[in-house]
Formats: sequence, structure tokens, C-alpha cells
Amino acid sequence: MSDALLELRQVTVRLPISGEQRTVLHDVSFHIRPGEALGLVGESGSGKSMTARAVARLLPPGADSTGTVYFAGNDVAALKGAAMRSFRAEVAMVFQDPRAHINPVRTIGDFMTEALRTNHDVSRSDAAKRAVSLLAEVGIADGQRRLEQYPHELSGGLLQRVMIASALLTEPKLLLADEPTTALDVTTQSDVMAILDELRRERGMSLLFITHDLELAGAVCDRTAVMYAGQLVEERTSSALHDDPLHPYTAGLVGARPRIDGDVVRLAAIPGRPRSAFEAPAGCAFSDRCVHVVDECRASRPSLEPLDGGSVRCHRAVELRGTLQEGVAHG
Amino acid sequence: MSAIELDPGVVGPVPATRKWRGVPGLRGTGVAGHLSALVLAIAGFVAVFGNMLAPHDPDLTNLSYAFVGPQPGHPLGFDSQGRDLFSRILAGARSSLLGPTAVVVLAMLVGTFLAVATAWKGGRFDRWVSAGLDVLFAFPAIVLAIIVSVIVQPSLLSATIALSIAYTPYIARVLRSAALRERARDYIAALEVQGLRAWIICVRHLGRNLVPLIVAQGAVLFGYAMVDLAAISFLGLGVRPPQADWGVMVSTGQSGVLQGYPLESLSAGVCIIAVVIAVNILGERLTERANSVSR
Amino acid sequence: MLKFVVRRLMMLVVTLFVASFAIYSAMYLAPGNPIAALLGGRTPTPEAIAVLEERYHLNDPFIVRYLRWVGGALHGDFGVSIQLRQEVSTLISQRIGTTVQLVLYASLIIIVVGVALGILGGLRKGLVDNVVIVATTFSAAVPSFVASIILLSVFAVNLGWFPALGTGDGFVDQVKHLTLPAVALAFSSIALVARITRSAVREELSREHVQTAVSRGIPYRTVVRRHVMRNAAIPITTVVGITVASLFAASAVVERAFSLNGIGAYLIQAALSKDIAVVQGISLVIVAIFVVVNAIVDFLYAVLDPRVSLGQAAA
Repeated sequence: MSDALLELRQVTVRLPISGEQRTVLHDVSFHIRPGEALGLVGESGSGKSMTARAVARLLPPGADSTGTVYFAGNDVAALKGAAMRSFRAEVAMVFQDPRAHINPVRTIGDFMTEALRTNHDVSRSDAAKRAVSLLAEVGIADGQRRLEQYPHELSGGLLQRVMIASALLTEPKLLLADEPTTALDVTTQSDVMAILDELRRERGMSLLFITHDLELAGAVCDRTAVMYAGQLVEERTSSALHDDPLHPYTAGLVGARPRIDGDVVRLAAIPGRPRSAFEAPAGCAFSDRCVHVVDECRASRPSLEPLDGGSVRCHRAVELRGTLQEGVAHG
Repeated sequence: MSAIELDPGVVGPVPATRKWRGVPGLRGTGVAGHLSALVLAIAGFVAVFGNMLAPHDPDLTNLSYAFVGPQPGHPLGFDSQGRDLFSRILAGARSSLLGPTAVVVLAMLVGTFLAVATAWKGGRFDRWVSAGLDVLFAFPAIVLAIIVSVIVQPSLLSATIALSIAYTPYIARVLRSAALRERARDYIAALEVQGLRAWIICVRHLGRNLVPLIVAQGAVLFGYAMVDLAAISFLGLGVRPPQADWGVMVSTGQSGVLQGYPLESLSAGVCIIAVVIAVNILGERLTERANSVSR
Repeated sequence: MLKFVVRRLMMLVVTLFVASFAIYSAMYLAPGNPIAALLGGRTPTPEAIAVLEERYHLNDPFIVRYLRWVGGALHGDFGVSIQLRQEVSTLISQRIGTTVQLVLYASLIIIVVGVALGILGGLRKGLVDNVVIVATTFSAAVPSFVASIILLSVFAVNLGWFPALGTGDGFVDQVKHLTLPAVALAFSSIALVARITRSAVREELSREHVQTAVSRGIPYRTVVRRHVMRNAAIPITTVVGITVASLFAASAVVERAFSLNGIGAYLIQAALSKDIAVVQGISLVIVAIFVVVNAIVDFLYAVLDPRVSLGQAAA
């Protein structure tokens, strides 16, 4: 995929857990074009955060990864020195809990300008000016005063905006947002999401948006990918994925959302609980929770195959095509 | 659809291996914890039976034997007064270990009571008691022991009491934070709603959940108490010569050290160090275990 | 910030007053008749007794005597030593220099060695860390008086590298004389400081905000300096401060062992000879130093951690 900004090819990651190497990501492949937004959706343990870390080269020590991550055509693992620094400037990350991710004993100004001053030799005053203007863009008015404040003096929503502003300071080409609004209350969530979306479009930035909320991903991203047990199970344009899911798990996620229109007797939940890659059964990882399961599913693991403008990992995908819209309760 | 080789780490539960997990009560403390407990058990044994185990009379002086080195039947030789050193070491274990034990028991009893009471009642009672403890905290143990030694005749008892008073604020403070955390837990509120009386909740439920921490802190405190008590005896304000006690022996052996006969001081010193190391390691392991349980 | 400082100062003053009251009352309970000590065994006439009682205010009520003592103490007047017939304050000032030098020297050793070991153990895993753990477990168990004896035995008696007793003359000679005592005093405290430093560094290294810095490409060294060490400085300063505060009392043991005439050794001597005024005076001085140093530690904490002085407020 030569025009892709970010491309992952068969990325597999194993982590030392309880003394053993366990697989947390298996055969993850996707790409993001310049200016495109991809939502990565999954429950806890699906490996979505780990994927972002693999892209950003932030895997925990002891991690063992195979496969390749390409950024602007370069193998990320091979980057060193100046090339690495420019990679870090071009790929920015926004984390889930802003309060934990900002040093509490240093000022907001210090946090925002640190990378500029250290890596890019920008003077203190210039960096501060840029920080103030970016704070204005995320909706924080008296930027100069905020720069001198400490994190504990700001609310979670404000801090997350600061985090976003900081990420944009190096004018990145790709933004990795790891559940940026999960730690915030609902009203703040929509504010922050709106800012993120607007800024992204303005700057033509690519976005990898990680969330457990399928609808949210659909609202913000052009394409959505669904992860389960460390594997990518479906990837298509957001509207197609939502209206016409190809994978039973996706259908389950769509169907599980509570609806206030129409009568509902019971919430349609997917039976069982979400799995990490190393807890998955043999064969298809979803086989023990899927209502459409047949013997072939238990016997062998399906591979990611193109279908309907995207890809899906399911033995019965072609067969079940078009029948999964109404969620789980279909035979 | 190709069948893909499964990563062996992906599938299936790990077969349970039978590992011996340690002596009951010491589970989770590891090899070091067990070894330390063993050292302490030996020390405790000697403390109780030391006098009977000693091959010679620990108090029998014979100046013609002063500073004579190790001989058959006298593995450590003789001290400055010609007493058999090995017997004195064995006999000295009693006061060296008994004192700290008493200090720990007293400080833990009073400290725990204060910690739980202030955590439970809160308000004015808490503020006053905490303020009082803070003032007491300002007195280093040695200073308190010195002050006590002026009021009463210095002895093991006076030093023990002084140290207990000095340590109580520390224990009360540590246990108070733990007690406050427990107090805030939902199960306590549930018990209160059920109408259980305060002191029953405190003792049977809240207190019981503090026990692992109490035991761990007790071990740590024992180490401090032992060192401080031995230092006080070294200064002549606790156990006094000619009684056999490791702290005293380090002091009385000092003249020997200056003349090139360090065995008396060194052997007593080594015993102190060994017991304190054992108690520190055990205390640390127990604390780790207590913390991992409550999380 | 100002409110915090004022409140802390008030606490300090109150603690000092209560402590002084405790010290004075304790001494008041001490048995023994000061008159008998003053007269040294001579049989007194009733007039002589009356004169002495008048001179030393022995008939005044307890509170008055206490207040007089405290008032005097604030002026540096701690009364007179029964034994030596000299002003206690003179006796203290003659000896406090030695103790201060000893404590400073030991503090230097503790800070340099303890923090360095802790940082080494905190940043490196594996062998270096294990060595640090074992070394600190051992050094924590060596009480200062045992360390004194061992150092005396090995370095002074056997090797003759350092003098065994006394304080010496002239700066270099004094340093030589104080080295073994300072090491003995520092030895077990190094362990605590090293351990706390190590766990503080470890803890900070694993924090998420360190991840953020790494994700922006900030070089490792800079991250360690600006985020790990800066944050770890808070608990490290606290433990160093508390340790130094307690050194003044702990020095008594080492001073005795090495025959240094500091206030600690003198306190012991006075206690043994029941010289009450001296015990009161020195106890108060040691407690005061302890309380003041602890207060300084609290202030430093507030300076280092902005969350404390400015309070928790969300904008």
C-alpha cells in the first residue's frame, strides 16, 4: 500500500506475563492513509491499546514483536537518532487518563513545551507562544495564565484538552488517541471529541482512534476496525460496518447497545466474557461465544480476507453476509 | 482458509505444578523469610534455655583468664573479667531478646488501641490524641530513655518502658492510616447498619483485618527495639554490668578492643546484627504479604 | 503558602512548649534532694537551708518554677550544673560544636552514599540492584555502637589509620578524628535512605507521565532527570530530613564510644550522675533541634510539591 501513511503488516506481540511469553496481539494488519481516520474498537483485553503502543514504539520492556510497522514508508523498528526524533514529532499520542499522564509537580507550560525545547531547540518564549495559540484552538482562553498553573488545578476535561494541544504542537501527521474521553464525564466527552474531530479535519491529520464505543468510532472515523482477542476481525467503512456487519462479533457489539426506540424485553448481550489473545480457544478466537459457530470454526483459525470493501476474519463470512444486521439473536 | 499453526502459549490452561509453598503462617515469605524465621526460632530457643545450655557459669570471674583466647571447651575464650564468653553470649540472649519483645508487645497494644480508637471516633478525640502523639513523637527514643533513667533507677524495666512510650506514636500513626482505610470500606458500613456495637466491629472485624499489618510492623519494630535497647544498655542506662546482655557486653568489651582483644564486643555485636537482619528480612516479607492481600 | 507556613510555625512553637513542660515535669519527679546535693553531705542549719531554698527558688509552686526555667531557656539560661558549679549554657556551648560537626559529617556521608546507592538500585535492575539490596539489609542491622566498636577495632587499633579517641586540633586533624565516628553514626541510616531512594526512583520510573515524556522522544537521561528524580526528590528529602533530625540524639552513643566531648556524651554523663539541670537543658536542646529540623523538612516538602501548598483545587 504505497500511499498509506501508516501500515501494519502481520504485527504479533508477545509479553512476559506471570513469567511466560503470552501473545497479546496476533497477525494485526491495517493501514491508514494521510488525512484518514481509523477507529479501533474492542473490549478490554482485545489488544487495541497495545496496537497503539506498538505503532508508537512504546511496548513494555520484555515485549517481543514480529511483523512490521511502516510509517511514511519506513520501518519504524529500524529508526534511530534524528530519524527517530522526527518520527516522534510526526506521530503524537493522546492518552486515556490525562491526570496520570502529566507530571504533577511541573507546570502546564513545562509539560506542553518540553518536547519543543528539548528536541527541537525552540526558545522558551517561542514555545510558550505556540502553546498559548494552540490552547486557544482547543478552546482554552487565558492560555498564558494556564501555562503557569499546575495540573491539579485543572479539571479532567481541561487537562485532556491540554494533552491534545500538546500533541499538536509538533504538527504531527498521525495522531494516536487511546480512549481519550473514557476517563471524562459524558458532557465533557462530547466537547473533547468535537475538538479532536475539528482539529483533525482542519489539519488534514490522520487519526487512529481507540475506543470501546463502536458508535463513537463511527461518528468520528471514516473507517472502523474491530478487534477481538488480539486479532483484527473486521475492518470497513464505519457506516457499512455499523449497518451491515460481516462478523458475528461486530454484530454482537452493534446489537448490544441499549436502544430507547421500540420495545426491548432483554438487553442483547454476547454470552461469555471478552478474552485476551492468550486465553482464546483453538481455532477461531470467537468460536466459544459465537451463535453461528460450526465445527470448522473450532478446528482452524480463519485468516483476514477482503470482502465488501474491507476485510473480515470469519470462516462463514460470505455465507452470513447480509444476515447479521439485527445482532446476535439470529440463527 | 488455511489452518494456522497455533502458538503453544495461546491455548489451554497451564497444568498446575505441585510446589511446596512453605510452612503454614510463613507462606509467601520466600526462602529468605523462612531462613530468617529459623534464625529467630533458634535465638528464641537460646533466650529461653540459654542459662541451662551454657557449658560454664556465665558470671564466674577469674581474672587470671582475662582476655585469654579460644580454647578447647571455651570456643570463644574469655572476656575482660575472665568469664567464659560463649556462656555469657548464651545467657545474654535472654535479656537481649526479652526486652525488645516486651517493648513490642506494649507499644503494639497501646498503639493499636489508640490507632483504632482514633480512626473510629474521629473528631475531637482524634485531633487531641493525634496532637499528643505528635508531641511524644518529638522525643527520640534515646532522649526519653535518658530522662526516665534519671527519674528511676536505670534497669532493663525502665528502659523497656521508656522505649515502649517512645515507639507508641510511630505504631499508632502507621496503624491509624490503615485503620482509616479499613473504616472507609463498605463492609464496615454494612456491619454498622446491622446494628453491631462499635467495639465489636473494631475488634472482630476491623482489627482482624489489620492483623497482618500488625504482625509485619511488630517484626520491624522488634529490630528497632533491639538496637535501641542494646544501645541504651551499652550506655549504662539499661541493663547494667555485670549482668550478661549483648549490649552490655559490647560496652564492657571496649577496653578489650582498644588493647587488641576484640572478641567480647565483636561476638556480642555479631549476635545482635544477626538477629536484627533476620527480623528485618522477616518483617519486610510479612509487610509485602500483608500489602498484597489487602489490595 | 503563607497560611501553611504560619500554621506550621505555630505547631512548632506549641510542640516545643509542651515538650519543655514534659521534660521539666519529668525531672521534677526525679528523686533526690537538691539541697543535699548542693551541700555535699554537710549537715545544714535551718537558716542555711532557708537561704538556699530562697536562692534556688525551691519553695515556689511548680508552675512558677517551670515558667522561670522556660523563660531562662529562651534567653539561653538553663540554670547551673549542680556537679560542676557552672552555667549549663556555657557547658553546652563548649560541647555543641563537636556534636554539630559530627552530625554534619555523618549527614554528608548518609546523603552522598545513601542517595547514590538508592539511585543505582532504582535505575538498574539485576545484579547491581541485588547488591544494593543485600548491602542495605546488612547495614541497616548494624547499630551505631557496634559499628563504632568494629571500626575502632579494625581501623584504629589494627590498622592504625585513624585515631581512636578524642577530637584533635586544627581542621584536618579534627576531620581525621571525626571520620570513624561519622561513619559509625551514618552506617545504619545509609540503609534507610538508600532503600527509600530506591523505591521512590522505581515508583516514579513506572509512572504514566514518564511514558508520555518517552513517547515524545525526550532522551532517557533527560526524562530521568526532569521527571523521575525531580519527583522522587520529595520522599527522598523527607527521609533524609528525618534521619538528620534524629542524628543529634543518636550521636550520644557514638560520642561515648569514641570519647568525644559532645553534648550527647555529656547528657549521658549527667544522667548517670543525676545532674538534673544539665539533663533538662540538653534534652530540651536536642528535642528543639529535632522539632525544628522536622519543620524545615515539612517546608521543603511544600516547596517541592506544588499540590501541598496550593491545596487541591480544580479550575
